Formats: sequence, structure tokens, C-alpha cells
Amino acid sequence: MKSKSSYWVKTLQNGLVGGGISLLMGLVGMALAFDKTYVISGVITMGQIFILSPFLFEAYLSVRHAPSKDPRMLFLVGGLSGLVGGAVLAAFVLIGEVVNLRAVLVNASPNLFALLTFHLPLVPGILVLLVVSLVTGLIAAGVILLPERIRGALSQAVMVVVILGLFRDLIVTVIVKWGFVQYAFLWLFAGSGLKIIGALIIFGVIGGLAYWSKGRDRKAIALKRSPRQQRVTRWGTLGALAVITLLLPVILGSYFSEILDNVGIYILMGLGLNIVVGFAGLLDLGYVAFYAIGAYTLGILTTSEAVGLLHLSFWLATPLALVIAVAAGVILGLPILKMRGDYLAIVTLGFGEIIRIVVLSDWLKPLLGGSEGIQLIGKPAIGSFVLANQQQLYYLILVGILIAGFISIRLKDSHLGRSWMALREDEDVAEAMGINKVTTKLLAFAMGALFSGLGGALFATKIGSVYPQSFSFIVSINILSLIIIGGMGSIPGVFVGGLALVGLPLLLSQFADFRYLIYGAVLVIMMLMKPEGLAPEARRRLELHEDEAGPGPQEEPQTVVKNPGR
Amino acid sequence: MLRTWRQRLTITDIFIWVIGLTIAGVAILGTISTLQQGQYSARVWLDLSIKGLALGGVYALIAMGYTMVYGILKMINFAHSEVFMSGPFTTVFVAQGLAKSGFLDRQPVIGLAIILLVSAGVSTLIAILLERIAYRPLRNAPRLVPLITAIGASFFLLYVFRGLYGSGSFGYPAIHALQQSWTFAGIQIYKAQVAVIVGAVVMMLILFGMVQWTKIGKAMRAVSEDKEVAELMGINVDRIIVFTFGVGGASAGAAGVLYILLFPVVNFYMGFFPGIKAFTAAVLGGIGNVPGAFLGAIILGLLESVGPNLFLTGLGVPSPSQLKDAIAFIVLVLILIFRPTGILGERISRGKA
Repeated sequence: MKSKSSYWVKTLQNGLVGGGISLLMGLVGMALAFDKTYVISGVITMGQIFILSPFLFEAYLSVRHAPSKDPRMLFLVGGLSGLVGGAVLAAFVLIGEVVNLRAVLVNASPNLFALLTFHLPLVPGILVLLVVSLVTGLIAAGVILLPERIRGALSQAVMVVVILGLFRDLIVTVIVKWGFVQYAFLWLFAGSGLKIIGALIIFGVIGGLAYWSKGRDRKAIALKRSPRQQRVTRWGTLGALAVITLLLPVILGSYFSEILDNVGIYILMGLGLNIVVGFAGLLDLGYVAFYAIGAYTLGILTTSEAVGLLHLSFWLATPLALVIAVAAGVILGLPILKMRGDYLAIVTLGFGEIIRIVVLSDWLKPLLGGSEGIQLIGKPAIGSFVLANQQQLYYLILVGILIAGFISIRLKDSHLGRSWMALREDEDVAEAMGINKVTTKLLAFAMGALFSGLGGALFATKIGSVYPQSFSFIVSINILSLIIIGGMGSIPGVFVGGLALVGLPLLLSQFADFRYLIYGAVLVIMMLMKPEGLAPEARRRLELHEDEAGPGPQEEPQTVVKNPGR
Repeated sequence: MLRTWRQRLTITDIFIWVIGLTIAGVAILGTISTLQQGQYSARVWLDLSIKGLALGGVYALIAMGYTMVYGILKMINFAHSEVFMSGPFTTVFVAQGLAKSGFLDRQPVIGLAIILLVSAGVSTLIAILLERIAYRPLRNAPRLVPLITAIGASFFLLYVFRGLYGSGSFGYPAIHALQQSWTFAGIQIYKAQVAVIVGAVVMMLILFGMVQWTKIGKAMRAVSEDKEVAELMGINVDRIIVFTFGVGGASAGAAGVLYILLFPVVNFYMGFFPGIKAFTAAVLGGIGNVPGAFLGAIILGLLESVGPNLFLTGLGVPSPSQLKDAIAFIVLVLILIFRPTGILGERISRGKA
């Protein structure tokens, strides 16, 4: 049991951390990038939400660990935490008034100060800032006091309003194509974000629905259904999903189809890396190498430029590209069979970089085009019908994903899949149980390389050209992040991760600059809070929470550190 | 004897040896044919070697952070390259301020000392924050978890600094006192390179002395030997770990200042290659081993500086220095395959590697 005074210190700390996070968001430019993006027109911008949400979060943390549940105490704690956060920002504004911070920090511009002081003069601005942060803290305390059911409904409603407001431009561009249906929704939106009345209506409807659905016992309802009914609902959902997936490019148009294509290629590669990292537990940071090999092989084989070799069609070149990618996977796999964990990661990273450096060099320029890359890559054609535009290529990528997904699902519970997982858990025991380490690991690398190579081939034909710049280390990190956010080893997780991490930044151009910042933060936060991912695989979840479930097998002794101080 | 050896030889071993021998063969052939062609004079080789030594000194100091953290936590601190970057990237503004006021020209030694202190301070701060926020909560997690956290932290820091200071490159002001060169028997030696080598050696000696002869150094070695026993002996393990991260950060920040004496331009992605190479150096010398890191770094610096011209020119590869970064990676792969314990490394049990 902690003493009361240390608790107050903790509250102050939380407030300071909240202020620090929010200041960081301001200084890296995230708040400013969303300064003009209203969520509710005329009321609140996304930038302000970024600045205030850390206060809410930290105040919530303070309140949740409060020693007594007395409402007055909770409001005091929440308000204090919020106020301290506001004070950090206020201090920053005052310092910025005296010192020219912009000489060093590029984002400490007058716009940022205006955002922090709500576009008011200095003194009233700071007062308003302090009051708003105090209120934010009080809201956190108020939320805690509400019953669970209302709290859940409330947070869902707020989330939907923020998302709808944030994606206003996208939603409007899509729904104007829907003919007269648009008038049912269009009036909810303002020029930027939602209208106040629109926000209120959406908040009410979603909140009400969430409140109502939380009241029902889903499991009881599902159990009441007959198996036949269950089957019908399942096939019905699947069918609807399939129809929507097939119609997406038609509904969304070519701009969004291109985004979908990019997401699709990443999902395809994610499925491959999921086998290597998620199933077999081999952290491969050079995954981009096979992507590059697939893309370049296809490029060389199909381009009509002078560097081209055979001028094959897409359908002939792709299998060749895949063979070469798989061969590269095995060749890379052989030397690193004996390495584990950290070393494996850094050697694969090195392999990816070697490929990029060699491709970029003058040495292989006559063959690979150096930094100018390869242009005029052939498009796939069926008979005389050329799959040229983004909507048509979408179906090709979809087929690729379906094949990869099917193979992944079938492999997961097969003999091979179980061998991978056994190796992931404990190599020595797995070997003792008769699993052939060499072939099992090589097959994991080969499967990963196969999907990555396919992704590369599709990428090359989609863009029509390949450049070494497209194959940097960051692509590997991109794919790694998406399988981690979805949950390592989880196949639906790859789709969740792909949509969230590749789709969102492409949809919201303001995010583009902060994409990798967010990836980094996501990796750290996921590992700290929810290492099993958003759509976790059942077995993995058990492994990572075994200490909570009861006594489980011990870790290997040398990674165990006892900290009695904590 | 021979039979057991033949039984244990597998197809993968043969394959690995073929790769290794091929690379060694290419290097030897290239060296012979380069030297036969005689395209470069002895002076060029000497210049390249001195440059390589200076580079090696910088790598050695960065490698300290990897090797000490690995020694204690048995994890690769992937974000160390960003710890390295944070120091000089922040200090560029201090240096520009000092140059503008003319202080740097009047008092170059004090000016450089200020830059060094600020840079080391910033890197230390980042390293300690990193340990506190990202690594400490995960000390008992499965191996992959802290590794992924480290990768995430690396990217986070990279783009935080990009957001804070912008994505452009900043030039360090020229330090006039270090721009001249000495000439010994027709060989020109730049003062800056000498300063880097001397600075690196002095700092390495200080670090080595600290680990070897001070009380806290002894505690560090005890913790890296066995955490639990060290704790029983009354060592505060948490404090030692923080201290290790701090020292690693400080030497990375100091290395950053030496680095800008060689390449006076900083940007947010400047840490990636030096970081990887320093890691290679640490592995080459035997990870967890302080003198080993120094030795590995010097070898790597020389290989990187002299290697591309020596190995590849003779083979007719155009502009071989473009491939210098690949050489570091190939060295890393080869050393991990053939001698994962490094040159001076103690035996790493299979569980650790």
C-alpha cells in the first residue's frame, strides 16, 4: 500500500508527463499539421485534440489509482493532474514569448503559440489554456464516476464523432457519388469537420446504440440460435464481405483504388512476414530484400527498355521472379540458421542493406539501371485485355492475397506450422522432439520470400518502374509494424494492421509526415501494453499472459531478472 | 577423429564455407590485381589508413554503448544509433551560436569542450530516458519483445528529432585551429584527424579504466556476470543499468563530436550507418568486451576506408567507395558465421547468441 504523499507526487508526475507529451506533439509539428482540420466545425480542431488528449489520459491514470473513491477527492486529483499539464504548456508559451525558440525548434512558430493560446492575446490565452486543461482533468474524473455501461457508450460515441469529423473530406468525396442518398448524410458535414448539430446527432445515435447493445448479452443470444441459423449468419456475413470486397474499386473510384492496391501489397507481404516472424519467431529485418528481388527480376524480364533481358510477359516473368526470390530466401537462410534473436535481426537487416547498396551502385548499373532504376515495365494482360489501371490491378492483388491467405491458414495448423511454433518457443526442445531445424527454418524463410517476391512483382507492374529508393529499410519496418499491431502470428491481424498502418496515412495526407513517428510509438506502446496485438492469436495471448493465468513454464533463467524494488 | 568430423559436416556447413572462401578469394584476388596495377601510390594508401584509423576511433566510442549494454542486459540496443545522433544534432545549434559570437575562433579548446559536454549530455539524457520508458518495464519479457521495442524506439527518436529540428542538414562551423595540416616527410596529416584519434584513444582509456578499476566498474562487471548474485552482494542492479546506459550515451555523444570533426554535416538520419558499423565493430571484437570493441572498431575503420579501393579496384568495379557500407555488413555476416565470439570475445553460450 502506497502512502498518500507518494500518491500526490505520482499525480504531479502524471500531470507533468501529460504536459510533456502534449508539448512534444506540438514541437514535432503534429498539432500544427491538424490545426486547420476541424472535427466539429468552429468548435474543436484535431490539433487541439492532440494537445488535450494527453491531459485526459494522464488525469484518467491519476484518478484510476486514487486512494479513495470519494468524488471530491477524484475531482481534485483529476483537476490537479490536468492543471499541471496545462502549466507545462503555459510555461512553454511564456518562454517562447521571451526567447526565439524557432531558431532551433522549427515548429515553435507563432502558429503553434496561437494554437496553444486559442488565438487569444498572451494573458487571457494562457488563462484559457489553464482553465481548459483543468476542465479536461475534471472530465477524466467525471468519466470514472459514471457507471461502466454509460462510460463505454460515451467513449464509443466520442470516438465515432472524432473519426467521422477527421475523415470528413474522404466521406464527402465518396458519398457525393451515391446519387440522392447523399442528401441524407451530406448535411451533417460542414466545410471542415462535422456541423455542431451533426456531431450532436451522431453522438446521440451512436451513444444510444452502444448503450443498448451493451445491455444485451451477446453470448446468450448466440447460444439461443440453432446451428443452422449460425451457419446461415456466418455464410451471410462472409458473402456480404466478399461482395463488398469485389465492388470496392467500383464504388470508390481510381484514387482510392490506388490506396487499396498499396494496402493490398503490404497485406500480401505482411502475410509472408507473419510466417517468418509470427509463426517461426525469426525476426527478419531484411524482408525488403526479397521485395526488391521480386520487383527487379520482374522489371528486368518484362521491361521494353534496353536493359531488359528476355522481354517476357508478366505471367511468365512472375514465376521466375518468385523462384529467384525463394532461392534468395534459402541462400540467406542457410548462414543464419544457427543465429537467434538479436543477431538474426541485424544480419537480415544487413542483407537488405547490401542488396540496396549493390543495386544503387555504379557497378551493376548496366544491368539494374543504378539510381535511375528500370522503367517501362510490362503490365499483365489476359488475351488482349491489359490490366492497366489501378482498379483492374486491384483484382490481381486480391487474387494474390487470397492465395497467400489460403496458404497461411492451411499452413498454420499443419505439421509444418506446428513445427514452426515449436521452434519459436524453444529450439532445443523442438530439436529433441525430432523437428528438423534446417528444413523447417529454411521453409519459413522460403515462404516469407515467396510472398514478399510476389508483392515486389505486383508492385513493379503496378508502378511500371522500379527504383532502388523504393526498397529502403523502412519498408521492412513498415511490414513489421503492421504484423505487430495486428498481433504476431495472427492472420486477421495482418489485415487489421495493414488497413490501420498503411491505409490511414495514405488516406489522411496530414499524417504522412508523422507516419514513421507513429509507427515507432506504436511498436513501443504495443510492446509495453498489449504485446499480443489488436487481433491476437489465441495461443500467443496465452503465452504472453501466462503469469496472470497461473503457474506456467519458466523463462530461460538468464533472461529472468528479479526486481524486488518494484 | 576424422570420421566424427565427417559425420558432423552437413550440407549447410559446406555451403557456408563455400560462401566464406569465395568472399575471401575475391578479396585476395582483388588485392593482388589492384597492387599489380599500381593505380594508387603508397601515399594514397597511407592517407586512407589514417582516415580509417580516425573513423575507427569514432566507431569504437559508439560501440562502447552497444557492448556495455549487451554485457549487462544481453540485448542489442537498436536505438543506440539515435542516441548517437541526438548529441551532435542538438549541439549544432550551440556550435553555430559559438561560431557566430567568435568564441570558437578565440578559444577553440574551450569551445570544443563546451560542444563535447553538451553533446554527451544530450545523448546521456536520451539514453537514460530510453532505458526508463522503453526497456525497464520489459526486462522479464520474452526475447523478441524488447528487441521490437528497441526498433520502435529507434524509429520514434529518429522522427522526433526530425520533427524538432527539421529534415534538413545543418553544417557545423569550421574550426580554424583544426583545419591546418602537418607535413612529415612529404606526408600530409590533418590536425582534425589527429585530434579525433587522440580524443578517441583518451576517452577509451578513461572508459576502460573506469570499468576495470573503479568500484562502479566492478559492480558493472558483477551485474553482467550474474544479476541475481550481484543483487545478493548488495549491488543496486537498477542503478547499475541506468549508469551503463548513461555511460554508453555519453560516449556516443562524445563520438558524435569527433564524427563531426571528420564529416561536419548533421541530419536526423546520420546515426544509421555509424550505428550499424559500431555494432559490427563490437561484434567483431567480441561483444561485451571493452578492449575488443576498440580493436574491432579500428579493424573495421581500416577495412572500410582502405577496403573498397584495395579489394575492388583491381576487379574493375567502377567507383568502389560506393560499396563501402556493404563491406561493413559483409564483415558482420562473416564474423557472425565463422567466429560469433569475435576476436577477443569470451565464449558466448548458445543461449546468448
